Amino acid sequence: MKKLLIIVAGLLLPSIGWSAGGGHTYPDDKIQIDWDDKAAMQRGARTFVNYCLSCHAASYSRFNRVGRDLGISDEMVRDNLIFTTDVNGDKTKVGALMKTTMTPAYAEQAFGIVPPDLSLIARSRGINWVYNYLRGFYVDESRVGLGVNNGVFANVGMPHVLAELQGLQRPLYKTMIDDDGNEQEIIVGFELLRAGSMSKSEYDGTIHDLVAFLDYLAEPYKQTRKNVGTGVIIFLFVFLILAYLLKKEYWKDVH
Amino acid sequence: MSENQTGKGLLGWIDARFPLTKMYEEHLSKYYAPKNFNFWYFFGSLALLVLVIQIVTGIFLTMHYKPDGDMAFASVEYIMRDVDWGWLIRYLHSTGASAFFIVVYLHMFRALIYGSYQKPRELIWLFGMFIFLALMAEAFMGYLLPWGQMSYWGAQVIISLFGAIPWVGDELTLWIRGDFVISDATLNRFFALHVVAVPLVLLMLVVMHILALHEVGSNNPDGVEIKKNKDENGIPLDGIPFHPYYTVKDIVGTVVFLIFFSVVVFFMPEMGGYFLEHANFVPANQFKTPEHIAPVWYFTPFYAILRAIPDKLTGVIAMFAAIAVLFFMPWIDRGKVKSVRYRSGAFKLLLVVLVVSFIGLGYLGALPATETRTMFARLFSIGYFGFFVGLWWISKNETTKTVPERVQ
Repeated sequence: MKKLLIIVAGLLLPSIGWSAGGGHTYPDDKIQIDWDDKAAMQRGARTFVNYCLSCHAASYSRFNRVGRDLGISDEMVRDNLIFTTDVNGDKTKVGALMKTTMTPAYAEQAFGIVPPDLSLIARSRGINWVYNYLRGFYVDESRVGLGVNNGVFANVGMPHVLAELQGLQRPLYKTMIDDDGNEQEIIVGFELLRAGSMSKSEYDGTIHDLVAFLDYLAEPYKQTRKNVGTGVIIFLFVFLILAYLLKKEYWKDVH
Repeated sequence: MSENQTGKGLLGWIDARFPLTKMYEEHLSKYYAPKNFNFWYFFGSLALLVLVIQIVTGIFLTMHYKPDGDMAFASVEYIMRDVDWGWLIRYLHSTGASAFFIVVYLHMFRALIYGSYQKPRELIWLFGMFIFLALMAEAFMGYLLPWGQMSYWGAQVIISLFGAIPWVGDELTLWIRGDFVISDATLNRFFALHVVAVPLVLLMLVVMHILALHEVGSNNPDGVEIKKNKDENGIPLDGIPFHPYYTVKDIVGTVVFLIFFSVVVFFMPEMGGYFLEHANFVPANQFKTPEHIAPVWYFTPFYAILRAIPDKLTGVIAMFAAIAVLFFMPWIDRGKVKSVRYRSGAFKLLLVVLVVSFIGLGYLGALPATETRTMFARLFSIGYFGFFVGLWWISKNETTKTVPERVQ
């Protein structure tokens, strides 16, 4: 039987070699999120409510849950994170879902599409994608009304809302030959046209913190999940020893 | 069981009215199982365990889930965020679905290598195959319920397959969906089928599967009928009572399984996008087709067969044939020797072809099709069906080793 398994494994190996082809995107950096760095997530939350939450919702999440998880008191949440109003025009309650004030119909008129809910964006797109996307806006005069395009999400309908922080940049191209033998211009770098209020490293840090917050937002219970899991698995290993000894004891008389 | 009728106390009272002791003895304490069960024999009891996990977590999910096109996606996130331990219940259920297929595929593979489908166990195999069918239906309908993009478009692709059937195809897809597109109506009926109808069928089939097994007795890695050699009391010489011997052994298997299961549930619930697909974290949108639609991993081998054939109808037929052919295993295999241990090299080679083809197809079915991949998918499809043709061919006059009288 073992021999059979080895043969099977050997035959399967060559079939694992393929990789999925994908279009070229720029930037293409990878980041790590430190879940113990609550300060980074708090900074990310501030950026999120100031720049994202007016058009995008995070409607599966609650303000006070964010506060509780990130160590921000309800008063602080009310004063620093809530800028929206509810249907009555009153300030949104601290226990409410993080919705926008914009109606879908209005949003569609303004952007041509309802801006997607961001509660789960870190899970559907992945943290690296979001990190690169928010650093990938470049000047493109051909795009009427927006004036920008994106190296990660071509022809996206979103304006560069963080331009005041990042500044505006133009792409540097290189000509490549693609798989079909056609010449193709791809973006290999950016050059700053107009400086923003932040340096490049400051801006990258801000986006990193924002993505850390979005990663939290996508799965707020991630830390709990891992902590509980560690306990469960330790328990199971102890149980395994007992179960094995019990089995051995019973099976002593089977020959 | 005349002594039970004269039994004293509460048990005696019950036994006079309900065969409690009789059933306990028939199925546990006096059900004699071969003593040489190996690793492969854990997966039957594990399948039962996963079934229980799915039913229990499913009950708690239905308490909070809303089968409504406008609310379904949000209600799942509500479970994940606002319901106490909701994330755990949901991950247990989503991981359980994949675990069910892993366990069942291994359980079926065990039957193939040790000839557990052969006479006199044809009905056990058939009930098992119906369980497999019901399980696929259950998983398919369950996957629509989170109402994510992949739920929606995966279901769209699968239901549209029925459209390939001549004459009635379009009417049939309309009837299944209850609408011209997948909609609230589809979600509602899939919910009903997923939580009531199919689980009832599954439970009934599982009972029949086990009753049939206990009627003829378990096979074993040597493929020897232990009932042929009995002692003076009519107890098989190579048999041991299921309880306590296999109950304590299965506890060990259960714990080992739960360790692997917990690693996924607590540390990698998405399993790299295979158990929970990334695109399913986006709510269903009937106007936006995802770039790449792939069914969940447990359907990909059959999906790859479908895609390997250029003509849609032929592809659909081939896909269903890939499942249907399994039903005929007891009659395709014309051999008398059950276990791979005593069968020919040709049989072992065929098994390797089957495993490589099946895993290869599963791998390809999850990826977008390219020319090279389609070529390989065709090769593996031939390999998959080749197993059954080859088995029928070689098993008539197979050179086998001598099967021992008793288990080794």
